[in-house]
Amino acid sequence: MKFLKKNIKKLNLFLENYPKVGIYFPQFLIILLLGIIISYFSMNASTNMAARGIETGFGFLANKASFDIQFSLIDFDSNDSYARAYLVGLLNTLLVSGIGIFFATVIGFFVGVTRLSSNILASKVAEAYIEIFRNIPLLLQIFFWYFAILRLLPSSDNSLILFNFVFANIKGIYVPRFVWENLNHFAYGFLFSILAIYLFVSFSKKKQEKTGVQVPTFTTSIFIFFTINLIVIYFGNVGLSLSYPILETNRGLYNYMGGVSVIPELIALAFSLSLYTSTFIAECVRAGILGIDKGQKEAAASIGLSKSQILKLIVIPQALRIIIPPVTNQYLNLTKNSSLAAAIAYPDIVLVFAGTALMQTGKAIEIVSITMLTYLTLSVSISLIMNWYNKKNSIAER
Amino acid sequence: MNFTNWSRKNLFANWKDSLLTITILYLFYVSIPPLLNWVFLDATFFGDSKKDCTGGGACWVFINVWIKRFTYGMYPNDQIWRINLAFVIFFISIGSYFFVSSKIKKYIFIFLTLVFPFLAIFLFHGGSLGLEEVETRVWGGLFLTLFISVFSIIFCFPIGVLLAMGRRSNLPVIKYFSIGFIELWRGVPLITVLFMAAVMFPVFLPSGTNLDKLIRVIIAITLFESAYIAEVVRGGLQAIPRGQYDAANSIGMGYWKSHLLIILPQALKIVIPGVANTFIALFKDTPLILVVGLMELLGMVNMAKTNPAWLGLATEGYVFAAFVYFIFCFSMSRYSLSLENKLKTTN
Amino acid sequence: MSKIIELKSVNKWFGDFQVLKDINLTVSSKEKIVICGPSGSGKSTLIRCINRLEEHQKGDIVVDGITLDANTKNIEKIRSEVGMVFQQFNLFPHLSILDNCTLAPIWVKKKSKKDAEELANQYLEKVQIVDQAKKFPGQLSGGQQQRAAIARALCMEPNIMLFDEPTSALDPEMIKEVLDVMVDLAKGGMTMCVVTHEMGFAKEVADRVIFMDEGSIVEEKPTDQFFNNPENERTKLFLSQILN
Repeated sequence: MKFLKKNIKKLNLFLENYPKVGIYFPQFLIILLLGIIISYFSMNASTNMAARGIETGFGFLANKASFDIQFSLIDFDSNDSYARAYLVGLLNTLLVSGIGIFFATVIGFFVGVTRLSSNILASKVAEAYIEIFRNIPLLLQIFFWYFAILRLLPSSDNSLILFNFVFANIKGIYVPRFVWENLNHFAYGFLFSILAIYLFVSFSKKKQEKTGVQVPTFTTSIFIFFTINLIVIYFGNVGLSLSYPILETNRGLYNYMGGVSVIPELIALAFSLSLYTSTFIAECVRAGILGIDKGQKEAAASIGLSKSQILKLIVIPQALRIIIPPVTNQYLNLTKNSSLAAAIAYPDIVLVFAGTALMQTGKAIEIVSITMLTYLTLSVSISLIMNWYNKKNSIAER
Repeated sequence: MNFTNWSRKNLFANWKDSLLTITILYLFYVSIPPLLNWVFLDATFFGDSKKDCTGGGACWVFINVWIKRFTYGMYPNDQIWRINLAFVIFFISIGSYFFVSSKIKKYIFIFLTLVFPFLAIFLFHGGSLGLEEVETRVWGGLFLTLFISVFSIIFCFPIGVLLAMGRRSNLPVIKYFSIGFIELWRGVPLITVLFMAAVMFPVFLPSGTNLDKLIRVIIAITLFESAYIAEVVRGGLQAIPRGQYDAANSIGMGYWKSHLLIILPQALKIVIPGVANTFIALFKDTPLILVVGLMELLGMVNMAKTNPAWLGLATEGYVFAAFVYFIFCFSMSRYSLSLENKLKTTN
Repeated sequence: MSKIIELKSVNKWFGDFQVLKDINLTVSSKEKIVICGPSGSGKSTLIRCINRLEEHQKGDIVVDGITLDANTKNIEKIRSEVGMVFQQFNLFPHLSILDNCTLAPIWVKKKSKKDAEELANQYLEKVQIVDQAKKFPGQLSGGQQQRAAIARALCMEPNIMLFDEPTSALDPEMIKEVLDVMVDLAKGGMTMCVVTHEMGFAKEVADRVIFMDEGSIVEEKPTDQFFNNPENERTKLFLSQILN
């Protein structure tokens, strides 16, 4: 003990006399350590890979994939390259994340606001919802809903029929595919209506600044939107027909051709992600609204603002500032959690690329690096957007 | 105020409120009785095979029969006493902690942090001193869930604190290394990290060496969660006013002393909710290890439901697992809330 | 002088606790009254009932001829004629000082942006912070913020100004700048009801001083008489504590 103390004292004394050592030596040590670790791993890696006859390199991306993907937003078959398979996986990840984010936000805001309701029954039900779906692991929820959905769906020849053109069976839910005529007319018309609304809103804002007259922007915008688009549809000969799914037999297997199918894995995954993440978003929304000082609403009321004006001009702008950063973090979590797709075989990027492709090519290092890099890029971009948004909207302080 | 007044104010204040209350009560009416029927009234609790489930409700016999596997995984039945022994020692230590003098408290603390982990591992794994070796391959169930959670929590916390301090360091190498390390683990999903640990990691070791899969998984989870702890603790360090750092330095305390004795105790108190949340998240993340072949509680349920003698009982299995996880997570979050409140009042 | 605020037999309860007991009070146009009393006496609640930030359960309140009840149209009309200044300022942190002031004129009185800003600058000048107009509340000192809050209330051109302990949250060196603004306002003829402990201000500006304790008005007198000849024992006790 004494020996140790004496030497520590000596070390401290030494560092006081040569402070630069205290600054540079630890850093040098860390760099040295990292260098040793990295070279040790790399050496082992190259020996091991060589022993297995696997070359390193990214050339394999152009090779034929030789496997099929159950669900894809773009055309893909086994003759396409691994690079294209990566793209399919990426699109599937973005698809399920997008759907999840949308529903999680809607449900989350609704539950968060209900949690603050003056109706005690409603607020307790919201609280129970949050506690239940937050404290059960996401993977378990995914299994449960996947299993529950599968149980409900019959086999292909016995499909559940809704509205005469939606067919649900164990292979998926089949909805009619949209077949457009003159879609470009519609697209231009749509863009034009958006532009018109934007111009109208700026114009009415200026008018209010100048004369104080308030124009009902919301209702007029909706009117503009529908009028322009309907005119374009009528005069532009924009046609929409539906290609209905029709049951066909092929070598004894029943399948629906001609429509678009949504596989139960996607439904189960999107559903669980939405429910699970909505609980966290609900808590963010609650914190945001509670975070607004009561005095703000009182001051706004005392200068004569109506209830809806107080909400629009005072409460929501301030609440959003508090709510949006953590909610964006939840979006990020949802996107990362979508990787659990691997457990129920939804072909997201992890299953397709870091799963099937990796098993076929054995190029573990390249594939896992690309996958992790993809997620890193998504995370960092969302973080950057968040930082930019925060800076732009930060309330100036002295 | 009596019940009618109370309900008029809180449930039926205006027509919108009343509509809401009535809708909710109707939903209760439609969903709760069938649920109660399935869970309790029509359910079968006792028996030894699927045939005993006749009621039409839940077949809890499934759980009854499999409970040992769900708790201990594939651990040999005759060795289960070792696991139980370790948990008993653990609970006795924790329990007595609250009832003894502070002098003995110190010994219990040292025992729990320095001695018990090795004792537990020895009991679980065996291999010498007359205890039969039980490979980690067969460890599973709730036992494995708790094992992984506890060890990961113990290790990820100090690493996280060091990373948080490193991120705030003035030495550029340490600072950027910490930032890079933290952002790397936070930016990728845990499942890819587990894949990496299971599939890729052996590639980096000299051929022939075999690091136990369980150890690899614990390392992976530890490093992953330490990044989240680092961010939480960083928030706490930032919240400590500059004056505290100055005061510590002015009485001659160096970097390590001031952090250990002054800064960290205050910072950690502030971030208790955040740290507790991260621990709870870690616990909820443990089921993911089933994708790399380790059968903790959820993995065992998945395995049991495919057993030919017990087909079709997946719902019961999932509900049981959900119930267990819920109890743990809910209790942890309530405990952290009470801890937060307790420390607030004594401040 | 016409009666601009009338409170008749006003009673209010918070749950089982009665916070206002049979309050009778009239304020005439251009009159300045100061309400004082120990904490918990109900003085803040009293003036908050005048612009319906609190609801009274029994009795009548008439402001500028309009009866105050559950009718929202009446409430909004009264609120646009009554301005309030809060102890915690309650400026809107996400808007600049100028925007804080022009918000209500634009959205409630439907003024054009130009007119509203002209009006705002006029009042900001009156409270002497027109050079801070583009800054945000977080960048101002306490005294500046409270003066901005006064300007914001004045921009609705109210007939009555209510002050709820306007200087209680300020550091001592900033109290004077706010009181000066209030004295100026009083001299300009504004009807004012001020809840405060600043007896110097009361002596300088108030026409009447009202002492409240435990929910009732204990003593109500013209200023000179109140300070020189208080009748009630409780008033004497309170004054001796406050003025020392």
